[in-house]
Amino acid sequence: METLSLLADGFEIALTPGNLMLAMAGCVLGTIIGALPGLGPSNGVAILIPLAFSLGLDATAALVLMTAVYYGAMYGGRISSILLNIPGDEPALMTTLDGYPMARQGRAGDALVLSGVASFVGAFLATLGLMMLAPWLARIAFKFGPAEYFALYILAFSTLGGIASGNQAKALIATCIGLGIAMIGLDNATGMPRFTFGSMHMMDGIDFLVAIVGLFAVAEVFVFIESHGRESALGVKLGRIRIPWRDIRATFTTMLRATGIGFIAGILPGAGASLGSFLAYMGEKAVAKDKSRFGKGDPRGIAAPEAGNNAAAGGALVPMLTLGVPGSGTTAVLLALLMTLNITPGPTLFTDRPDVVWGLIASLLIANIVLLVLNVPLVKLFVKILMVPPSVLLPGVTMISFVGIYSLSGSSFDLLMMIGFGVMGYFFRKLDVPTVPIILGILLGNNMEDSLRRAMVISGGDWTYLFSSPIAIGLWIAAVLGFMAPMFLRGVLKRPQAITD
Amino acid sequence: MSRMSDRLFALAVIVVALGYILSATTIQSGFMPDPVGPKLFPYMIGGAAIIAAITILIRPDEEPDWPGAATFGRIALAVIVLVGYAYALKPLGFLIPTAIAAGLLSYQIHPNARRAALTGLGLSIGLFVIFRFGLGLGLFGFPRGWGIF
Repeated sequence: METLSLLADGFEIALTPGNLMLAMAGCVLGTIIGALPGLGPSNGVAILIPLAFSLGLDATAALVLMTAVYYGAMYGGRISSILLNIPGDEPALMTTLDGYPMARQGRAGDALVLSGVASFVGAFLATLGLMMLAPWLARIAFKFGPAEYFALYILAFSTLGGIASGNQAKALIATCIGLGIAMIGLDNATGMPRFTFGSMHMMDGIDFLVAIVGLFAVAEVFVFIESHGRESALGVKLGRIRIPWRDIRATFTTMLRATGIGFIAGILPGAGASLGSFLAYMGEKAVAKDKSRFGKGDPRGIAAPEAGNNAAAGGALVPMLTLGVPGSGTTAVLLALLMTLNITPGPTLFTDRPDVVWGLIASLLIANIVLLVLNVPLVKLFVKILMVPPSVLLPGVTMISFVGIYSLSGSSFDLLMMIGFGVMGYFFRKLDVPTVPIILGILLGNNMEDSLRRAMVISGGDWTYLFSSPIAIGLWIAAVLGFMAPMFLRGVLKRPQAITD
Repeated sequence: MSRMSDRLFALAVIVVALGYILSATTIQSGFMPDPVGPKLFPYMIGGAAIIAAITILIRPDEEPDWPGAATFGRIALAVIVLVGYAYALKPLGFLIPTAIAAGLLSYQIHPNARRAALTGLGLSIGLFVIFRFGLGLGLFGFPRGWGIF
């Protein structure tokens, strides 16, 4: 009951004309961003943060806008997966497996509507799940001391490096780079400069937005220069859009199962939406009696990954809001947004700023309904967006990135640093070094060090204090498992490559 | 030797990590009693990076398919364009540097001069209108001496 009255307050905030308009604008913008190949939820949200910040929106409004973009991009990613066989973003990869074959059979419209409905089911139920679970987890999180937080950060990095990447050593290096960058600037505890090399520019540390936009957006330009920006031609015809009731009814239980799997995958720190859609697809294939149609346009193969990745997107907000530990690359970017707005996520957020939390949850529910309308009857409008060639899109993205970062600080130094991160992102992508741990390291580095130092102050330098509570021990065990498990499961959990033709 | 890229990467990480640790030794400690101090965490980061890099030295991945010299040339050119753009934005205003940089980038992605020129012009004017009049950012369209926008 308490939840309902809080939610009612949330709707009061979300339904103000200003916030409602921002939510709608965010949905449209997000769907476009998701649909465009080369732009996904993480880099799309990343390049918009500086702009949202310069607009001078208040915290709730900015959060409403950006999470609408986030959800919108998760919906939009499927459009190019189905029509072009190019995932609009990484989580939409699994949708290409059955979506594109279905489109080739002349059922592109059905595939788009079915995946839109599946996205809605996944995202809507996950938002309800977030509403139930987050306040409860926030109450547990009140029991967390510095030792527990330190273990939690270790858990986030080790699952990110273990489950979500192909090579633990490379993920560890990426984490160290991020943490190492976070140390630059004045030390929180002593006020002494660290790693500034006497440069004034380095005193404030390196702005995480500069790193995010460089690694996610600028690096993309170099990738496209290498690939010559293959012109994307629509290979399939899109006829009149009808609602395939039969497929929707037939896959409804699939959507529910996939939502459950996706939501749990989203909550795990470090796992995120890509894992959610992958597990949902594999799980559905495992329980299906007739597996022969998978990969050839099976409606279940479209419903499962789409419900799964959208549910994971909602689930990933749970640890981000309650513990301040993001579950995916995009929620890391959203954490960056919160930090830019001077909001500290964590258990206190629920008691100190209920307006932010419940306004956000209410606007997510509204955004979902707006997105269903945008993505089912109006999907034809968004299909036109796929016609934008990369040689126009990528320069545009770069210029928006530059203006965004430039409008934050007005310094050429930050722009140069952003270009540097872009070059680094390109080489790391070639070398298979994941870049999300770098971002997470920069975002969490100072908190992680603080929790370690505070734990040691409390215990007077006794290291066993880090393992002194059941919660901390549980988190350490989960961390070790999360890091080691992929070594044994690599054969089972092999990611299928996108089909090529 | 095969799998050179990963080995070189690992060596570079080791060199940087050693430099990082060395530079951490010069951090001044505070006066507050603090059993950990400001140096230990950087040491841990550097140490973990070195361990990971040694693992990669021992078990490097397959060589990535690097693009040819021509593509690297185009990427290098794009970097130079972006650096130039970063320096030009303040003194020259938004419109002219953006048109040139966007056009050049577009040409690097898809070598079609006419489309690149149109992309540059279109993006420069279109984005300026959006940023300046839509979002109200304090951008200057032209060099400040010209007195317009």
